[in-house]
Amino acid sequence: MLDVRLLEEPFDPAAELTQFAMLHPAAGGIVSFLGKVRSGDGVEALELRHFGPLTLPGMSELGEVTASRWELDGLQILHRTGQILPGDPIVLVAAAARHRRDAFAAADFTMDHLKSDSWFWKRERRSGTWCWVEPRAEDHADISRWS
Amino acid sequence: MAATLLFLGRLEDLAGGPILAVSPGALETILGALEPALAVALLDERVRLALNGTLVSERGGIVLADHDECAFLPPVSGG
Repeated sequence: MLDVRLLEEPFDPAAELTQFAMLHPAAGGIVSFLGKVRSGDGVEALELRHFGPLTLPGMSELGEVTASRWELDGLQILHRTGQILPGDPIVLVAAAARHRRDAFAAADFTMDHLKSDSWFWKRERRSGTWCWVEPRAEDHADISRWS
Repeated sequence: MAATLLFLGRLEDLAGGPILAVSPGALETILGALEPALAVALLDERVRLALNGTLVSERGGIVLADHDECAFLPPVSGG
């Protein structure tokens, strides 16, 4: 039901989604979100750092909370760590459900919480210099929609 | 005999590296011996602490023994 992974290497979102869909043939719909490193605004690379004892356990807990809140057949949360290049996938969330609204809401909820609550620290390389990315106020505003 | 301080995110830059070996003892004393700029950053109330991988809710009274690891977790920057 829950497939939660922290990935050190690049992944193929299309192959992952195909596999996920095959695992949930009874679902009436699957909603997915793919987050990628933006191209074209001067970022040469992104690096995500995590903290072993907390990051994956926190993602798994988020998966449990999401699954208890909506009626889902399955939920997939894949998140990269390490260095990632523009255009490459960072995160894939997919929710399979009997009914589409559950799937949409579950994917949206999971993404908002991954963005604001998960134990990741991000830095960007611009013109050869690494710079840490500070938290965004929007991420906290997004999460308040669910309380 | 050593305990470890672990710095995540931008704290790593301030500390000059991700890991610092320190003599075991009261965390207060250990922080007091660090560079003031780093100590101030670590004392920021938005920085969470994890002792041997478990989040601590109360900073007061922490004593690091030999092989203990105290991680300093600044606000996350979103996945």
